[in-house]
Amino acid sequence: MIEIDALTRVYGTTAVVDNVSLTVPRGEICVVVGTSGSGKTTLLRMINRLVEPSSGSVRIGGEDTRGFVAYQLRRRIGYVIQGNGLFPHHTVGQNIATVPSLLNWDKARIRARVDELLTLFQLDPEDYRDRMPRQLSGGQQQRIGVARALAAEPEILLMDEPFGALDPVIRSKAQADLLAIQRRFGTTIMLVTHDMTEAMALGTRIAVMDAGKLLQYAPPAEIISRPATVFVDALIGSGDRPFRMLALQKVRDHVEPGAAAGLPIDEEASLREAYAECLWSGRDAVPVVRDGALVGRITLARLTALAARPQ
Amino acid sequence: MTAGAVMRTVLLLVLVAFLVTPQSFAPVFEPLTRYGAPAIYAQGSLVDITLSHLGITLVATLAATLVAVGLAIVVTRPFGAEFLPLSRSISHIGQTFPPVAVLAMAVPVLGFGTEPTLVALFLYGLLPIFENAIAGLSGVSREVREAARGMGMTGWQRLARVELPLALPVMLTGIRVSAVIALSTATIGSTVAAKTLGEVIIAGLTTNNTAFVLQGGLIVGALAILINDGLMALERLLRRRNGLADTTAR
Repeated sequence: MIEIDALTRVYGTTAVVDNVSLTVPRGEICVVVGTSGSGKTTLLRMINRLVEPSSGSVRIGGEDTRGFVAYQLRRRIGYVIQGNGLFPHHTVGQNIATVPSLLNWDKARIRARVDELLTLFQLDPEDYRDRMPRQLSGGQQQRIGVARALAAEPEILLMDEPFGALDPVIRSKAQADLLAIQRRFGTTIMLVTHDMTEAMALGTRIAVMDAGKLLQYAPPAEIISRPATVFVDALIGSGDRPFRMLALQKVRDHVEPGAAAGLPIDEEASLREAYAECLWSGRDAVPVVRDGALVGRITLARLTALAARPQ
Repeated sequence: MTAGAVMRTVLLLVLVAFLVTPQSFAPVFEPLTRYGAPAIYAQGSLVDITLSHLGITLVATLAATLVAVGLAIVVTRPFGAEFLPLSRSISHIGQTFPPVAVLAMAVPVLGFGTEPTLVALFLYGLLPIFENAIAGLSGVSREVREAARGMGMTGWQRLARVELPLALPVMLTGIRVSAVIALSTATIGSTVAAKTLGEVIIAGLTTNNTAFVLQGGLIVGALAILINDGLMALERLLRRRNGLADTTAR
């Protein structure tokens, strides 16, 4: 759990982060969205004290971060940055082992952890452990960056535009991987992005910032249906609202009994994908399958109703 | 083996052969002498003189490396940033001051011998090492520094595990330049009685014996080429290990 209380950072006479309070419950993903210069990165960096707050406090698992020596605090918090910042002179294995070796884990434990994480990120340890970072693709480097942040089993993971340097195809794969890993470890994540679509895809809650202030902190559906200010509304994009709404939910929760013709859709797909399928193939309903077996259908009428503004 | 490597090996073998059995090269230098003067310098063992020359160069370069790298580390830390202009001035003065002038001023204080030469070479060698060390340390990418801090490394750990290893190839370039300069400049140490290859050259100049001048000069030249090449190879190795592109000029 991360509790941020009246956090402020002043540079000169400007408050880059201005009296921000928010709580990220354990195991949730808080995505901080804002334009550049909104203070979102500074907010994130104050949590592991890469930037010292001018006033206010941060508590992690109930403990005030000011009670720690800064570098010891950082060893307990995973940190991923844009462009991954892998150490170019260390092997993949050494990079992942950075924090465990700072914490003086014994060699066998470090090695086991490195191999575990490599396997988790679908990289064969035998093949990848001793490679240098520059021998990896951008997507692989990004995965190693996340693996390094998770190596010492932190309760909290801070991510600063972690997928910013990836192309769209690799990015959605990386986002799906992150969600899977978050579910597996139950890590509390705070992630900064300027991409609203990414925020919607990842966040259990979204914090919208502008000019150092927190404008709204709410679950994605609420951000879409009840934007707190004109700025939040603009950030979502009025033309995208119904589609963002549909993207938040899965077909699984809206299956109706009945039959439909044509190519089926998996129940794990989003409503947005189902809607697109209806429109593109000109059908009023699409069959839904679970593990390849027919379970029902989803109708265009139902999808249209779900895309409307909640009352 | 490349052509360059073959030539370097031949150069090394010829140099060693000449130092160990100089008299066997007498016929080569004979035509350069006049009035039956000796063709080969024999007032001292060439091996001893060469080793002493190398020793003086090594000590001066090591001392310059320690001081210049130390200063570069201090001025690239947040607490030392304000000393950067001052340190730059000192190392620039060291470079612009002619070593001969340093010798002239150091002799009254330190006496004749090796010490004034060491002081002159030390001062002369500071600048290239200092500037390259700063370039190397400040050339470590922002992401890498940020990651090192964010992972929870202390200041010392960041320096020792990340910044110095990544800066090392660039630092080594400065050390190489400095070492080669010191190697050739050390010859003037013999004007104040330091035991260097300058002794051979000066003996040739005072007795009008071109063979001696050439011998001294060729040994210094050969050593400079070999040391330069050796350190360059080391730089390339370090760059590769650091996962950087090989940008060392060949």
